[in-house]
Amino acid sequence: MMLGSALGRPENWRMYYKETTRQMTDIGIGSLVIVILISVFIGAVTAIQFAYQLNGTLVPRYYIGYIVRDSTIIELAPTIICLVLAGKVGSNMASEIGGMRQKEHIDAMEIMGVNTAAYLIRPKIVAALVVIPMLVAIGAFLSIMGGYLSTVPTNIMSDAEYVQGVRSFFLSKNVVMMFVKAFTFSFLLTSISCYQGYYVKGGSVELGQASTNAVVFSDILILLADYLIAIVLT
Amino acid sequence: MIKAENIVKTFEENEVLKGITCEFHAGKTNLIIGRSGAGKTVLLKILVGLFPPTSGKIWYDDVDYFSLDKKQLRAIRAQVGMLFQGSALFDSLTVEQNIRFPLDMFSKMTAKEKLSRVNECLERVGLTGKNKSFPSEVSGGQQKRVGIARAIVLKPKYLFCDEPNSGLDPKTAILIDELIHDITVENNITTVINTHDMNSVMEIGDNIVLLHEGEVVWRGNKDSVLRSENETMENFVFASPFLQKIRESALAK
Repeated sequence: MMLGSALGRPENWRMYYKETTRQMTDIGIGSLVIVILISVFIGAVTAIQFAYQLNGTLVPRYYIGYIVRDSTIIELAPTIICLVLAGKVGSNMASEIGGMRQKEHIDAMEIMGVNTAAYLIRPKIVAALVVIPMLVAIGAFLSIMGGYLSTVPTNIMSDAEYVQGVRSFFLSKNVVMMFVKAFTFSFLLTSISCYQGYYVKGGSVELGQASTNAVVFSDILILLADYLIAIVLT
Repeated sequence: MIKAENIVKTFEENEVLKGITCEFHAGKTNLIIGRSGAGKTVLLKILVGLFPPTSGKIWYDDVDYFSLDKKQLRAIRAQVGMLFQGSALFDSLTVEQNIRFPLDMFSKMTAKEKLSRVNECLERVGLTGKNKSFPSEVSGGQQKRVGIARAIVLKPKYLFCDEPNSGLDPKTAILIDELIHDITVENNITTVINTHDMNSVMEIGDNIVLLHEGEVVWRGNKDSVLRSENETMENFVFASPFLQKIRESALAK
């Protein structure tokens, strides 16, 4: 029902556009640092772990680059980044909308004739659908760079081996899967978080619970969706 | 004019409003008064359309409010302004942006025209020059004035005020009352105020409805309050010995 209202006709396209760009900035720029940090470390740790696992086996070293690339693109970048964003962006959305509900801001807008579900929720969903896949793509790239930084300067493998691995067995289908996951997870985390905030009742304790629920339910559904997409697309 | 016709509102088993019928007139400050828990806020929220009644009708002039489709509802709501108890100003927006919000959303004015209208409203509520302040940077009384300015910026036909004096000192409360009353008369607005402030009752009560346990138990105006022989009214308005003395001395004159 909430999503139905959120798709209603905007009262003023310019206001919606402004709000959407504001949300894009908040989600995108606001999450860039955490995404960079997580991505670099994911790639670095994945490379070191696989180097350790493959040490002494007959598997060529350059496979480390290949494994880092594919595990990052297929799974780690979209899933881990979206799980973290569910905590950062999702809880923020639930608190923001829930706070507006409690301070009667939403009532004030309703009385003015604003379709509050559309004005408060749609820009967030649209912004997330545009920005989060970009963050995931940046994250995947940085993760591969993180793998390079953790293995090449430390002489675990050579520059040529890592690059060879990253360039081997590339399937563009995996990139499609990454974006499918990123879009799905973005939609889930924003719609669940907005729902939790929009229908909050009571005081600060309930607002805290709504914020927690936003993160917990988003995480659970992201993991479930991850499993389903993996089944369907592999 | 706004008319409530046999309004019943039930929350689960609890019947909060038990068949309220009353009228609120244009160009007058119409007061809904009553003790805490009497159902004032619920009635106001039904009048303004935030809650649907369990049964009964709300008429905005000749229009049955709860029978309207979305488009008609939007048209009516464009004629409604509301001042909330906590002002409900958007914290992240400046005073000017708060007042301009309804204009940005619904009007086709140019930026210059909007600014001019915002300044006109700020001047009307006595806050000229406060454009760039944030709500947290102005006092509670000034926040109420900003709330009034935002409520009247689209030149509403109907104005609702939920406890406009709560949390204000007596002097500021009187100024807010006078402001609402003057704006109502100047623009022939149908203003409905939900209050339990006795100063408001005696100063601006052009049409008063007293609620008690979800029912209308008294109707009148500020002039008939003193001579009311309704027991609930007496217990409510003249609850303190001080107010009883004032009443006795007024009647003695």
